[in-house]
Parts: sequence; structure tokens; C-alpha cells
Amino acid sequence: MYSRYIEAVVGVFIIVGFIALGFLAIQVSGLSMDSQKETYRIYAQFDDLGGLSVRGQVSVAGVTVGKVSAISLDKKAYRALVEMEIYKSVDNLSIDTVASIQTAGLLGEKFVGLSVGGDPDVLADGDTIFDTQSALNLEKLIGAFASSRSSL
Amino acid sequence: MLDFFVKKGQATIDFVSSLGRSGIFLIRAIFGLSFSLKSLSGLIKQIYYVGVLSLVIIVISGLFIGMVLGLQGYSILIDYGSEQAIGQMVALTLVRELGPVVAALLFAGRAGSALTAEIGLMKATEQLSSMEMMGVDPIKRVIAPRLWAGFISLPLLAAIFSAVGIFGGLLVGVDWLGVYEGSFWANMQQSVDFQEDVLNGMIKAIVFGLVCTWIAVYQGYDSIPTSEGISIATTKTVVYSSLSVLGLDFILTAVMFSSI
Repeated sequence: MYSRYIEAVVGVFIIVGFIALGFLAIQVSGLSMDSQKETYRIYAQFDDLGGLSVRGQVSVAGVTVGKVSAISLDKKAYRALVEMEIYKSVDNLSIDTVASIQTAGLLGEKFVGLSVGGDPDVLADGDTIFDTQSALNLEKLIGAFASSRSSL
Repeated sequence: MLDFFVKKGQATIDFVSSLGRSGIFLIRAIFGLSFSLKSLSGLIKQIYYVGVLSLVIIVISGLFIGMVLGLQGYSILIDYGSEQAIGQMVALTLVRELGPVVAALLFAGRAGSALTAEIGLMKATEQLSSMEMMGVDPIKRVIAPRLWAGFISLPLLAAIFSAVGIFGGLLVGVDWLGVYEGSFWANMQQSVDFQEDVLNGMIKAIVFGLVCTWIAVYQGYDSIPTSEGISIATTKTVVYSSLSVLGLDFILTAVMFSSI
């Protein structure tokens, strides 16, 4: 009888442990959200990433439509090449879409904002966005402001 | 003068051979678990003693550590106006570091010392040698289920610790200090990666579980069979386990997270 009780308690312990692990996987790391959605890849070249990192958001009008999956240097052009995974459900980004690196709040995370143009052709898997805006560099901006003030 | 070197050399040889003995002991104990129904029920009994009875201390410590992280994180992050990042901070700290490490330290104190004392007393009262005389291998019968129980329990305890800690952070951050709950979870989900953070944390916990229980059962098995010997072995278990957990944690962190 006693040993049955122990078995049941151990069973509960193991179940609770796995529930905790499942909680960490689903609620904390948002695992199912990412893996469920099928994606396609588009690329964009930037002059300056300004702190954008892998796993950063890609958004259209503030709604997340994908994430940054890889960042590398284009050796010929010396520009940053950003690979983005966009959800398959968002398949109507026009070919003249502008990608810009934006900041959430004043000091927040960097993310890629896409503003969709009006061209009837759409971006497909493997396409590259050529029309890009680099990150707003706060230090350069302040530097430019300070030098323009002193010249006045 | 010569005597000094003889003593040092003897101590070194003793240390190295004890390390070798514990290695052989570990291999024998790991492969000593037979999968018959009887030995599995022994394993379950050990999981009860090692894992289930450690739950209370793990849950309470996890809750308080999560709450403290929430409180401290809030008071720092509010200076930068980014108190929404509190979820991210609490979750990453717990899942990557504090979950496995603190759970292992508590486990070494709560379960490891008990294992050492139990096995040491078995040795002192010559239960182990009488088993051998009856043709029962004490490593298979006594050590293997305890080792496996610790090995299985600690990752689960670490996962529970992290989960409870995150709720502690939620309680303080969201319910008491008024961080918006949506951004608490959203920030966390955006920054915590399952493979990178959660799985690596679990790998840490598995390694710590093996090391802590290994030290505990070996110290018990190798103790001097007197009351004094058992007390020395129990102290050694807690000291060695804590030190090796903290040392290993640095090495594992350097290997796992250095690229980030």
C-alpha cells in the first residue's frame, strides 16, 4: 500500500516536472508560435545595421510578420546582408517594399520595418530588397547637430 | 626533508587513485541498473526520497528568488524607463543560470548529504559487506538506483524551479509593481529561445545532477566506517558538490553562451 502511494507521488512529480518544462518551452520561449508558421526568405542589404541582431522582429505597420534569421557581410559591396524569414501567410509584399531599421522606443530593440509599395509584383522566396534605410545613428545625429550649432 | 616529499607524493598518489576509483565506481553504477520490475520499483522509491522530498525547498526557494529578481530588476530597469524588459530579465536569468545552479546547490544540501549519510551508515553497520557475502552486488542494488534517481530528478527540479521563479517574478513585477502583463510575456517570448536557453539550461541541470549524485554516493561508499568518518564524508559531499557545480557552471556557460 505504502509503495503504491510512493509510486503515485513520484508519477505526479515527474508529470509536474514535464509540465514545468513544457511551460518553459511554450509560454516562456514561445516555441510553438515560431515553429508552427511556415516561412519564406527574403534578403535586404543595409549600409549600417546599428545593433540589429539575429532573432530581431520584422514588422509591417507594427505587426510582426517574421524575424531576422541571419546576418552576414557582403564582401564585394561591404554592406550588411540581412536574411529574413517572413510568414507564408504574408505573401503580398510588393517588390518595391522599403526596408528600414527602426528602434522600439528610444533605447529599445532594433527591428526591421517594411513599408509596402504599390508595385503589382510581389517578393518571392530568395528575393532581395534593394531600397533600404539604415539605422538611425543617434551619436552621428548628435555629432552633426553639435557641429552645425558651433558653425552658426 | 625527504619525509616531506614522501608524504606529498603519497597524498598525490592517494588523490589520483581515489579519482580513478570513483571513475570506475561511476561506470559500474551507471551500467549497473537492471531494468527488471523489482529494481525499477527501487528506483521509484529513490526518486521519491531524492526528488519528491526536495520539492518543497525547491518550490519555496524558486518563488523567492523569482520575486527578488523581479524586485531588483524593476528598481534597476525603471531608471532606463524599460521596466517591460523585466520578464526577459527574470526568465533569462532563471532559465540559463539560477535554475540549474541554485537547484543543484539545494539538491546537494538536501538530498546529497542524506545519500552520503545513508550509504556511509550502511557501510559502518556492515550492511554493504553482508550484501556482498550473500552474493548481491551492493553497487547494483544500493548505488545504481540512487545515482539514477538523482540523475533523473535534478533536471525536473531545475525546470520546476525556473517555472516557479518566473511566476514569482510575474507576481512582483506585474501584480505589485504594475508592469503591463502583455509586455512582460511578449518581451520574454521574444528573447528566450528554446534551444539556446531552455535546452542548454536543461543540459546544465543533467550534468549537475550526475556530478552531485556521483559525489554523494561515492563519498558515502568510500567513507571511513566510523561516526566521525561519516560526518567528514557528509561535509565533503556538500563542499565538493557546491564547488564542482559552480566551477562546471562557468565552463558550461563559456562553451554554450560565449558566442552570444
